[in-house]
Amino acid sequence: MSERAIIELKNITKIFGESPEEALQLLKKGLSKSDVQAQSGQVVALNDVSLSVNRGEVFVVMGLSGSGKSTLIRHINRLIDPTSGSVVVNGRDILDMAVEDLRTYRRTEIAMVFQNFGLLPHRSVLENVAYGLEIRGVSKPKRRKTAFEWIETVGLKGYENSRPHELSGGQKQRVGLARALAMDSEVLLMDEAFSALDPLIRSDMQEQLLDLQKKLKKTIFFITHDFNEAIRLGDRVALLNEGELVQIGRPEEIILQPANQYVVDFVRDVNRARVIKVGAIMGKDETTPCEVAVDQSASCEDVLPLFATHDWVGVVNEKNERVGSISAKQVISALARHQATIS
Amino acid sequence: MFPEIIETRPIRIWIDDGLDWMVKNWGDAFEAGAYPLLVLLNSIQKFLLFVPWWMIIFVLAAVAFLATRRWALPIVVVVALLLVGVMELWEDAIKTMALMIAATLTTIIFALPMGIAMSRSALLRGIVRPILDLMQTLPSFVYLIPVVMIFGPGKVPALIATIIYAAPPLVRLTDLGIRLVDRETMEAAQAFGATPRQKLFGVQIPLALPTILAGINQTTMMALAMVVIASMIGAGGLGYQVLQGIGRLEVSRGLFAGLGIVALAIIFDRITQAFGKQLQERIGLSEHKL
Ligand SMILES: Nc1ncnc2c1ncn2[C@@H]1O[C@H](COP(=O)(O)OP(=O)(O)O)[C@@H](O)[C@H]1O
Ligand SMILES: [Mg+2]
Repeated sequence: MSERAIIELKNITKIFGESPEEALQLLKKGLSKSDVQAQSGQVVALNDVSLSVNRGEVFVVMGLSGSGKSTLIRHINRLIDPTSGSVVVNGRDILDMAVEDLRTYRRTEIAMVFQNFGLLPHRSVLENVAYGLEIRGVSKPKRRKTAFEWIETVGLKGYENSRPHELSGGQKQRVGLARALAMDSEVLLMDEAFSALDPLIRSDMQEQLLDLQKKLKKTIFFITHDFNEAIRLGDRVALLNEGELVQIGRPEEIILQPANQYVVDFVRDVNRARVIKVGAIMGKDETTPCEVAVDQSASCEDVLPLFATHDWVGVVNEKNERVGSISAKQVISALARHQATIS
Repeated sequence: MFPEIIETRPIRIWIDDGLDWMVKNWGDAFEAGAYPLLVLLNSIQKFLLFVPWWMIIFVLAAVAFLATRRWALPIVVVVALLLVGVMELWEDAIKTMALMIAATLTTIIFALPMGIAMSRSALLRGIVRPILDLMQTLPSFVYLIPVVMIFGPGKVPALIATIIYAAPPLVRLTDLGIRLVDRETMEAAQAFGATPRQKLFGVQIPLALPTILAGINQTTMMALAMVVIASMIGAGGLGYQVLQGIGRLEVSRGLFAGLGIVALAIIFDRITQAFGKQLQERIGLSEHKL
């Protein structure tokens, strides 16, 4: 695959149960997932999922509860072994790793944030944040120093000696985030990291994660069941339904070209004006002189006011070079929902 | 009448003869094996009898204060122990205490690893659980007799009988406590690359500790409950006074010694419970974790 890919999942199938092989044979014969489950009594959690994640991107997997998201993300650090398929990270198949190599891989290359925080309740915030470094064998003064820095970065300065049960949900997850970031690993796994938080706090955490990501440029594999969270955070979004991949694409692509009814149902409640970027729907006209120009990363919401006084405006890239133009008509047709509303 | 299906006499003869044979041939080996137990019990007893009485009262009161951070329990401890002394039961109480402490320590040494092993293997759990049930429900005289036959009357069989009786709750609660550790917390340890050893000592045991302490509490209580029976085979202590009271129809003697046992039970029950509670609060676990 491409050189930019850091995580490659190839044809991952995961079956939970006593005799997964038997169910796998049935799947290979072409039986549907529900038939296999009815016939064999095994649970098909993932069915032939392939995807690759590029270095430095935020890749979001979104799906309803029970769609296999947690199972999928646990393949990347091999908390779960697939029934069939391969998991390649940084060019190495982690399923071939011996126990000792696998531990080294977990200690150095990959860190994880959990939905219900997974903190150690008998340790202070500082000791929790330093936990991964302790496992890695970093000396005490060094890991304390690193932990102090990350606690400050996530905004928990002054809470170093508190215990997890004394913190609010948002604060607990900041500890979880700091613990993962302290590892300074290239890949960050986040399994519904913000799902247990109140909406306002969740929004804060999303913003903080985006801020941090601008500086850190990690590869983040993020799981959510909230479509708005997915499109806010994701450079690319993958939709999972009942263990099968439905669509992968940039947020606008998914909104503008939903692959099937399942995706359409998710897209319905999205504020399209805020999500759809001008660059994704603009026309090719780069030459006609314009009075006003907007950045291609501006949202439809941002350009709408301009159409009160202009029929169309120019579009420029981050270097302020003209790359196209956009008209009121183009914006309106992008904002209008798909066939659903026409029929 | 239930019909006789097979002849059981030969089986019983076989068992009885087998035991006789064991006593004759392996008796010395058993005794040598149990010798460390005797040393442990004797040194605890000697030490506690060597320490002046007021020192023991002071230390237990201090421990009670550390466990509760209040004055109520230390006061109860001081009053209860003074009463024991006034009733002229101090030496017997110390002997009983020594038996209980030795039994609890030995139980911890065996029960903790067993509970940990059970939490990791469903197979082992399946095998050990019925044995624990048996240990708890079998009337103690049933194993008391063979134990006395092997070791002869004295402190060692008393100690062994006490351990058999008091060990099951600690094994069970250790196993349960470890298996109740939050799944995501265990996953987190694994995700950060912890070794099985790091998981056991860094996560599982610390988080199971309140439950394990509840097991230790039950073990001390059951060990105290065993003292009267243990004294029948030569353990001495308060239980012996109770027995003598019954034997001589001296109700007062039996009553005083009985009250002494109750005093010890209250002291050790409250202290271990308070430590458990303190630990739970520190970890922030809810009360009803069991
Ligand atoms: N250890 C397991 N044993 C059996 N079934 C499981 C196990 N883990 C997950 N499943 C099943 O696999 C499916 C996907 O679960 P999961 O990955 O947790 O979904 P999600 O995280 O999207 O809610 C569900 O049907 C779930 O019941
Ligand atoms: Mg999940």
